[in-house]
Amino acid sequence: MLCDNCKERDAVVHLTRIVDNAVTQLHLCEKCAAAKGVETTLSVPQHPLGDILQAVQQQASATSEDAAACAFCGATARDFRATGRLGCPHCYDAMEQSLRELLRRLHGSSRHVGQRYDAPVAHMVDKPDTLHDLRDRLRRAIDGEQFELAAELRDRIKALETEPV
Amino acid sequence: MSEPRPGLDLSLLPDGGVRWLDASGPNSDVVISTRIRLARNVSGYAFTGRAREGERLRMLAQVRDALSAVPSLSGSLLLRLEDLPLVDRQLLHERHLVSKELAGLDPQHPVRSGAAVFLGEGVGLLVNEEDHLRLQALRSGFAVAQAFDGVTRLDRELGGQVPYAFHREFGYLTACPTNAGTGLRASVLIHLPGLVLTKEIGKVLAGLQQMGLTYRGLYGEGSEVVGNFFQLSNQTTLGRSEEELQDLLVRVVRHVIEREEEARRVLVRDAGYIIEDKLWRAYGTLRYARSLTFDEAMNYLSGVRLAVGLKLITGLSVYTLNKLLIFAQSAHLAHLEGKVLTDSETNLARARYVRQVLLSEGSGVE
Repeated sequence: MLCDNCKERDAVVHLTRIVDNAVTQLHLCEKCAAAKGVETTLSVPQHPLGDILQAVQQQASATSEDAAACAFCGATARDFRATGRLGCPHCYDAMEQSLRELLRRLHGSSRHVGQRYDAPVAHMVDKPDTLHDLRDRLRRAIDGEQFELAAELRDRIKALETEPV
Repeated sequence: MSEPRPGLDLSLLPDGGVRWLDASGPNSDVVISTRIRLARNVSGYAFTGRAREGERLRMLAQVRDALSAVPSLSGSLLLRLEDLPLVDRQLLHERHLVSKELAGLDPQHPVRSGAAVFLGEGVGLLVNEEDHLRLQALRSGFAVAQAFDGVTRLDRELGGQVPYAFHREFGYLTACPTNAGTGLRASVLIHLPGLVLTKEIGKVLAGLQQMGLTYRGLYGEGSEVVGNFFQLSNQTTLGRSEEELQDLLVRVVRHVIEREEEARRVLVRDAGYIIEDKLWRAYGTLRYARSLTFDEAMNYLSGVRLAVGLKLITGLSVYTLNKLLIFAQSAHLAHLEGKVLTDSETNLARARYVRQVLLSEGSGVE
């Protein structure tokens, strides 16, 4: 059902209003509901799994992100929708916008307020890619038909292989 | 080819992996155990589900190398799950030491290469689960702070050796966004027969969901509630600190315990002899049955546990009942019998085992 207000997005908030003994129903999307100052209950999910799948489905409209693959693991937003799982830590940056929204829906917040973490000093600089890692990533990119990424990885492997030891 | 016989030497497990069963913790008549787990991933690797075999093995090797500098896991036992027969993996799962996913018990998702568990005293580290690392601490009874201390120490030590994937805004990064942020899931395994019998349970469960907690069965996500055993845990992991998440669980569970105790008082007051008859029948069935399914055993055990809590049955310890809860499961029975059992053989073995335990450890029953 579409939102009564914007007629674009799905209605997720259903209001029953009684004015002069007449009952009217108002169906709003989350954005329009928020604009009208209506508190939504989405921040307290009743069934986490159902909610995540629903929220992931609702992001289907973000088609521009679908094609873009994470430069590290080659996962796409479409992969995420199919499995409910991200491909690697870098996916959080690759899909930052939509993830922020999803996290807000799932947890009622998208900002970590707990313990901070600093990686051990020896690992502060990214470890150089090993041939093993790059080959694994290349195979994954090919499996996922991420050919642009595959070409880049192939070049990096070639460069590493020809590097003087 | 026949299924390999159970071969895991349980004496190798530090404290048998089941010290949390000993009923020594607070409120252990109602709360069997407290578990806190932290989901962590190592930066520089694809998450387990997307990683290729070589990446998973290198990740495991990196963690193993780092453990020499992690006192919490010094002298820990490493089990490579891919090397174990199904029945042994199932046994570890029955002891709540590995998840169903890591043990590869789902026929759709067989055990993956690189799946491993390190078991120390009261703490464990699962490797190549849905997340690279799942750190967990299990304690007897309602002991959230103690479990948290154990797992936090392990986390600090390990995180100082292995670089975790951490994001300035989203916190610890996890394969599933439902675990991001703190990655902390604190849960208690609690027995609520009073609330079930007085039909108050629906209200209580709805209430705790409104408070941000969720419930599951004996074995966490996807498992059925049997024998009135519920696993209560925090639903969200992001936007609240580790301390706030613990406080929430403690506050709500304390309230649930009070409601359960009140329900038990009401049962005794309003339906004394009916309840007494029902619970003694449960004891009689366990004591004399010749075949018991898992669900039957759990339901009768629940009755006997309530009877012990109400002091209707004396001479039986909560520890004995906890032991039955774990050891009367099929992989444990297969170990006891030294062979893989069919379903009907399992039911016969279960009844035999329960009878023996109640006879030898419950002799004070009038």
